[in-house]
Amino acid sequence: MAAGVAAWLPFARAAAIGWMPVANCPMPLAPTEKNKRQDELIILNVSGRRFQTWRTTLERYPDTLLGSTEKEFFFNEDTKEYFFDRDPEVFRCILNFYRTGKLHYPRYECISAYDEELAFYGILPEIIGDCCYEEYKDRKRENAERLMDDNDSENNQEGSMPSLSFRQTMWRAFENPHTSTLALVFYYVTGFFIAVSVITNVVETVPCGTVPGNKELPCGERYAVAFFCLDTACVMIFTVEYLLRLFAAPSRYRFIRSVMSIIDVVAIMPYYIGLVMTNNEDVSGAFVTLRVFRVFRIFKFSRHSQGLRILGYTLKSCASELGFLLFSLTMAIIIFATVMFYAEKGSSASKFTSIPASFWYTIVTMTTLGYGDMVPKTIAGKIFGSICSLSGVLVIALPVPVIVSNFSRIYHQNQRADKRRAQKKARLARIRVAKTGSSNAYLHSKRNGLLNEALELTGSTEEEQHMTKGTSLIESQHHHLLHCLEKTTGLSYLVDDPLLSVRASTIKNHEFIDEQMFEQNCMESSMQNYPSSRSPSLSSHHGLTTSCCSRRNKKTTHLPNSSVPATRLRSMQELSTIHIQCSEQPSLTTSRSSLNMKSDDGLRPNCKAAQITTAIISIPTPPALTPEGESRPTPGSPGHSTNIPTTTTTTTANIVKVSAL
Amino acid sequence: LPGNPPVQTKKALKQRFLKLLPCCRPKSIPSLSESKTVLASAALSSPGFLADSVEDEFELSTVCHRPEGLDQLQEQTKFTRKELQVLYRGFKNECPSGIVNEENFKQIYSQFFPQGDSSTYASFLFNAFDTDHDGSVSFEDFVSGLSTILRGTIDDRLNWAFNLYDLNKDGCITKEEMLDIMKSIYDMMGKYTYPAMREEAPREHVENFFQKMDRNKDGVVTIEEFLESCQKDENIMRSMQLFDSVI
Repeated sequence: MAAGVAAWLPFARAAAIGWMPVANCPMPLAPTEKNKRQDELIILNVSGRRFQTWRTTLERYPDTLLGSTEKEFFFNEDTKEYFFDRDPEVFRCILNFYRTGKLHYPRYECISAYDEELAFYGILPEIIGDCCYEEYKDRKRENAERLMDDNDSENNQEGSMPSLSFRQTMWRAFENPHTSTLALVFYYVTGFFIAVSVITNVVETVPCGTVPGNKELPCGERYAVAFFCLDTACVMIFTVEYLLRLFAAPSRYRFIRSVMSIIDVVAIMPYYIGLVMTNNEDVSGAFVTLRVFRVFRIFKFSRHSQGLRILGYTLKSCASELGFLLFSLTMAIIIFATVMFYAEKGSSASKFTSIPASFWYTIVTMTTLGYGDMVPKTIAGKIFGSICSLSGVLVIALPVPVIVSNFSRIYHQNQRADKRRAQKKARLARIRVAKTGSSNAYLHSKRNGLLNEALELTGSTEEEQHMTKGTSLIESQHHHLLHCLEKTTGLSYLVDDPLLSVRASTIKNHEFIDEQMFEQNCMESSMQNYPSSRSPSLSSHHGLTTSCCSRRNKKTTHLPNSSVPATRLRSMQELSTIHIQCSEQPSLTTSRSSLNMKSDDGLRPNCKAAQITTAIISIPTPPALTPEGESRPTPGSPGHSTNIPTTTTTTTANIVKVSAL
Repeated sequence: LPGNPPVQTKKALKQRFLKLLPCCRPKSIPSLSESKTVLASAALSSPGFLADSVEDEFELSTVCHRPEGLDQLQEQTKFTRKELQVLYRGFKNECPSGIVNEENFKQIYSQFFPQGDSSTYASFLFNAFDTDHDGSVSFEDFVSGLSTILRGTIDDRLNWAFNLYDLNKDGCITKEEMLDIMKSIYDMMGKYTYPAMREEAPREHVENFFQKMDRNKDGVVTIEEFLESCQKDENIMRSMQLFDSVI
């Protein structure tokens, strides 16, 4: 029953008076309305915009948020209204649904935002009225396609990280030539050879020069050996390529059935067949025909050109239109051929000898070619001929725009996909930075927590204030949660960014030192979680100094150059080593060589004016960007990288490093 | 002719002609003297060719009817102000133009009986509500009918029921009229009932009814017979009291 008609229920009940006198048995009791309250206005405050409606309007749909008691959760006692912190624009549509019983989808609204709002209010999208349903479904499908696209490309990119088998890398190289230089080289080489092969085929038939006897020979016969060699070379390359693809294909059966592989096979078959067949007179005719298939090599270019692939895809998707075109043309040809044949039957020496012979005339006329080799001579023939040419234009012109529009749509879709992929790279990079920023924020704050404890020891309080400001309550609570998890499991978090960890690891190896007063307070008694080879740990291992340091930093060679974008600065700065140093800090340097710079501050552990700084391990921190009150970073103690393993344990560096891990 | 837009249809031409003659105004405006009637599209002379036939229908359908003031309705019926407001809101929601015609009425009523066919009974109801027999039920008709049924005395209600049964409004119910009514009531149940409806059920029911009601066995039931018999029947009296609590 439609909601709006619920208002007419009293009328329907009243109309039941007509049944009472004729009823034979007594009527059941009527339901009583407990605490029958007057219909009241409800105020719905959606992000500041107030909507008002009757309570009964909302109660028409009791299985939605607004119609059920669920809305009581949003009731604000002070203002006596229901407050929803949602989009007021979409709420308009939702409220109209209660009022009119029809849910509309506004075109300007984003489909996923709209879906979210519907889900929040407990309304199923299927109720959308007919007027807007098509639009809604279209947009939803588009969005789903886009998501799928994104997922696909994401999978492609993510696949680069885990190690692939040799076969898989090869397949990837074949499919996406841009993944590695070898693949690119292969791509261009095959392209070149396809071109060579096609040109050879063409040039073979050009007559060049004469042979005594006044016979013009085509080049193919004149320089038979040269051409044969060229052909052989090309076929070798193609064969090798095909076999490699076959080997690398994840599903060989599917690969064999695919169009491209069929083209490949057809391109190289003639050569092998030619090798096998003898120079027999009988079969040489067939052999010559077979050479025609060599021209299929030109289709191999479609791997190299996306436009060609789109064209092929368009033709495939317009199969029905093309079929219709063909069918209507055939019908018209037969009709007109018949008519022309009978019209021209009378005239003498007519070329229209039979209906099939007239087919040629009809086709030539309908496609407005008009060769003129067959021409009607009778008047009737001429009349019908003109009708034929006029109708030909129509029949051909009709399905063509459909095909064109299909092509345009697919082409633009492809372009959009490419653009999205390019944008996605930039977006992903930014997202990654943000993510590491947040995880590093945790480590940073943990360090601050430790620092605070340490500061209590050293007795300087103004640094403490510097450290603790800047984290909101939510952040600090979140960090506390993570810290609790660490304590529970006995493990601790690592920095997730390989880049950072690489940098840090160079320092780490040079680090260690003696923990001194921090040992008691800040020691993470937990076991360090030794990282995978990808992200070496930043940990300072108090007791594990030796094992840690014995690990060579194999990744020194992979250190990226020190020009790091500004966005990474904060994350860099939050690397977890803390330096306590006394007195002045060395100046910041922005070169990699500073890693090797030995800090020449003497360490006086019990110096009162100890300043606790967070180390900036990544050197490229321009001074202007150091955050609030953090002292200049010390590029730290790292001694000379070459001597580390031996000197670490003995080096009493000037800096006590405590890593928060 | 090729190239020219299609000319107005013959019907439209005729109507335009007739409109010029005052005596032949189309009876699209309900003759409710006391109410204000507003023609939403007042354009009788329409500019375009095509617009004409469409606009004529347009004019008919955009007749807007406004009921009398709330105070007058309050006097005429036994509803309170608030109740009238609620009723009018519901009424206006389904019928924005302010009046219900038979089609609409049937459609609204059928929403309450999804399984059966309630159109016949709805048309009887329509005739009962449409007290001035002008083919449409305005809000006043609607509310006065409801007032009688829901707020009237038992006698009022019985009277109203009699009026409903008396299809030709001649003051007595014949067996055929009753049979029609009975069939329409049974129709509302639909095909899928338990026990399955038999063909003769309505007729038997009518016989039963007449036996009970028809005192002088003259084949028709007059209003006095009806009232008398109903007042003697316990069940009917009790069921009449159901209507007290509807609104």
